[in-house]
Amino acid sequence: MRDLKTPYSRITGLGSAKEGSDHFWHQRLTAVANIPLILFFIISLISLLGSDHATVVNYLGSPFVSALMLMVILSVVIHMRLGMQVIIEDYVHGELPKIACLMLNTFFAVFVGLVSAVALLKMSFGG
Amino acid sequence: MADINPDAMPLKARPLSPHLQVYKPLFTMMMSIFHRITGAALYVGTLLVVWWLVAAAAGPTYFNWVNGIFGSWFGRLVLFGYTWAAMHHMLGGMRHLVWDTGKWLEVEKAQLLAKATLAGSLGLTLLIWVIGYAVG
Repeated sequence: MRDLKTPYSRITGLGSAKEGSDHFWHQRLTAVANIPLILFFIISLISLLGSDHATVVNYLGSPFVSALMLMVILSVVIHMRLGMQVIIEDYVHGELPKIACLMLNTFFAVFVGLVSAVALLKMSFGG
Repeated sequence: MADINPDAMPLKARPLSPHLQVYKPLFTMMMSIFHRITGAALYVGTLLVVWWLVAAAAGPTYFNWVNGIFGSWFGRLVLFGYTWAAMHHMLGGMRHLVWDTGKWLEVEKAQLLAKATLAGSLGLTLLIWVIGYAVG
């Protein structure tokens, strides 16, 4: 059978986007993770309603909650970056604006993730 | 690298696949569009989460000020909408996970799932807020 693929391309099996099914898989992986994590997040917020600042910091700063909140942030940030990437690829057609949007998308996800993580860690360790 | 320079080699206008406006709106299609819109809204709304976490880490004065904004009628309206977007996107996503297994793709079943997604998202959102008002 005629095959225009190079032998290297054939053994890596990653296709023209060079990442194989990673996008699809990570989208699903984080989607599944998000279900319990977001429910935990919402229940946490409800339990904190009407609490004063000290109570909120005490709760968010406790090791178990802090670790779970970091998982919420990590999973959400990966999921939303992949989702927005698809939207950009669907609607932004010019090569330069598309690359710019994809870069901004990654910057935004990293910003949200790391600023949240620093805030959470400050409540854990910062006193 | 292998990109074509449009000035050197003008491209003919390529045929495009038809977009949304040519199709009759169907319920499953609307839910699909809502899934994307709620996803984009949740994306932007993560800034609210960041803001709240930073406020909590910053100290009581700033935290109380931010909480006051979230607690205002406008803040509650935004958070209510954000709750619905999250619930709708979550249930819509679970629908996609079911479809990923190759099941429930028949027209009637897909429509039933779409209706269940909308009803479920509204129900869960109301439930969360009723509990919220009962607790807080």
